[in-house]
Amino acid sequence: MLYDSSPVAIAIFACFVLGVVGLSFWLGRKGQSAKGYYAAHGEIHWFVNGIAFAGDYLSAASFLGICGMIAFYGYDGFLYSIGFLAGWIVALFVIAEPIKALGKFTFADALDARFNSRGIKLAVAVSTLVVSIFYLIPQMVGAGHLIVPLLGLPYAAGVILVGVAVTLIVVTAGMVSTTWVQFIKGSLLVFFCGILAALILGRGLKVNAGRSGSEDLTPQVLTVTADGRRLVNGQPQSRENDLRPVGTIQSLPARYGESRTTGSLRPLEYLSTLEDSQIITWAAKRHSDEAGSHTTYTPTVREGKDLLKPGGYFKGLSSGTLTDRLNFASLMLALFCGTASLPHILIRYYTVKDAAAARKSTVVGIAAIGGFYVLTLFLGLGAMTSGALDPTSSNMAAPLLAKSFGETLFAAISAIAFTTVLGTVSGLIMAGSGAVAHDLVENCCGVTMTDHEKVRTGKIAAVGLGIIAMALGILFKNFNVSFLVGWAFHIAASANLPALVMLLFWPRTTKQGITAAVTVGMLASLGWILLSADTFEKVYGLPRADSPVPFSQPGLVTIPLGFLVLVVVSLLSPPPVDAVDREGQMVSPVNG
Amino acid sequence: MENDHNGLPATSRSRRIGMRLFLIYVLLYAGFMGIVLFRPEALSWRPLGGVNLAIAYGMGLIVAAFVLAVLYMVACRGDGQDG
Repeated sequence: MLYDSSPVAIAIFACFVLGVVGLSFWLGRKGQSAKGYYAAHGEIHWFVNGIAFAGDYLSAASFLGICGMIAFYGYDGFLYSIGFLAGWIVALFVIAEPIKALGKFTFADALDARFNSRGIKLAVAVSTLVVSIFYLIPQMVGAGHLIVPLLGLPYAAGVILVGVAVTLIVVTAGMVSTTWVQFIKGSLLVFFCGILAALILGRGLKVNAGRSGSEDLTPQVLTVTADGRRLVNGQPQSRENDLRPVGTIQSLPARYGESRTTGSLRPLEYLSTLEDSQIITWAAKRHSDEAGSHTTYTPTVREGKDLLKPGGYFKGLSSGTLTDRLNFASLMLALFCGTASLPHILIRYYTVKDAAAARKSTVVGIAAIGGFYVLTLFLGLGAMTSGALDPTSSNMAAPLLAKSFGETLFAAISAIAFTTVLGTVSGLIMAGSGAVAHDLVENCCGVTMTDHEKVRTGKIAAVGLGIIAMALGILFKNFNVSFLVGWAFHIAASANLPALVMLLFWPRTTKQGITAAVTVGMLASLGWILLSADTFEKVYGLPRADSPVPFSQPGLVTIPLGFLVLVVVSLLSPPPVDAVDREGQMVSPVNG
Repeated sequence: MENDHNGLPATSRSRRIGMRLFLIYVLLYAGFMGIVLFRPEALSWRPLGGVNLAIAYGMGLIVAAFVLAVLYMVACRGDGQDG
């Protein structure tokens, strides 16, 4: 689908982005020491930090990915919302206060607080980098997709633009500016999504929204020829010959009679009316021949009640096969366990002054994030029935929904989505640069650095990570961003959570156990993902059946594996000296 | 370290409260997963103003997370404060 850019949209977008980058330059004057650069001096107010948690966490996956998945597949996208929020319960009740008490700059500090082990520092620094890079990919993909309709630039330009802007933000000011960027972005995202949800409810449901007549139900075919030309229904793609926007209501419940619109609806009324309606969705099927790759988008009339229950995206939930169910259970386990293991979330606990502030900021974060995830259901369903969807890109559902309400809202939502990416990417690059400079170079390699040198090393690492992120963002263009973020959660949960939890709750945990658990958890989950059927099909272009692993989502196997490895290796290695007190009683590592 | 009226360190008290609330949420989450995996047909039941169980339970999990978080904050007020 081709998009027209408008001067108003470009102006609003430019104001948002320049405002955010400018603010970071201004705030950056404060963060020149290592403690200022990596931990904002530990002086951020808990409320600001709580909203910044929302800014960090509500990434492209939450905004673009979940809305797109709901718009294309129905309820299943909301399962991501449920899982993403549930993870905060682990963060609040299990991790928040101990991690604040144990660490300094990075979460490797916390894991290594009792041991001073090079092995732990190396393993945790590498796992931080791997998780950060996997989390960076979907953010860059989201940025690339946003730029196409907004500025009329190619996909790669969006990826490079966000890469350069974020690297500038991080290099300029570190954690102080990153926190404020997150705070502003988190506030704007929740506020504007609230407005969008209110507009959706105000508009209600309309038969054939955005159409003058009835919906054209003929299939559409997009062909990409071997020499890269794009054809729509056999003719070159142009403004006059383009894919039609899709996604409408076919019929409303009988109680509306001949009326083609419901008028404004209350939230529960909106959901129940949609459940009793018929909706036209578009299924994509791809095949290749000597002429090129052809994707056929076929309209399908579906009952609302079928779209509002699980099984649209996770097909196995309706087919009932064991491996499909295990695949789904594995994903939900990883989402639950992954949040509290994400390095860019964990480092935010060092920006507040004490454990009570860490707790309070997590509660504020849960309120903001939970409120947003409730809105995602309405945004996704609103997009599904807006008549404005691009059948080629689920990631564009939310901005195109906004476009159905006018260019100004489209520009504002796109700019917020872009700053969403900016904020999350800057947090990730901060976490990664801290891992390189503080954990790898200083603590693991034993390089003694002055305060100034620590900051400089972190900035150099930030530039390197920015370049890697841009390259991977271009490579993974055709993936749904929520799906990609799921991978980062699996790796984080498998590598980091067993070590964090056992360190806090099992005094017999040893440095060898932590090092082994982080290493095995990371390699096992990464290896599983690289060998999964999804990766075979979507990355390597090989048949799914060739994959040697039984299901694609690794967490169900690799998270317990991390715990098992930690316990076995800890029992096989000498107990830590502080594990036994004078009376021979085991003492808690945190309270002792 | 500051002790509470039971003589336990404050962080230990807040951890104990946190673990109880955590277990409550785990049970709620596991219940949802159990229905999705083993009784998916039950999710079509419409118990809340015409809204089905899939949406009602999902929204309920989000609201429950917030309610438990607020309870925790109130129960642990003052614990873990520096200065």
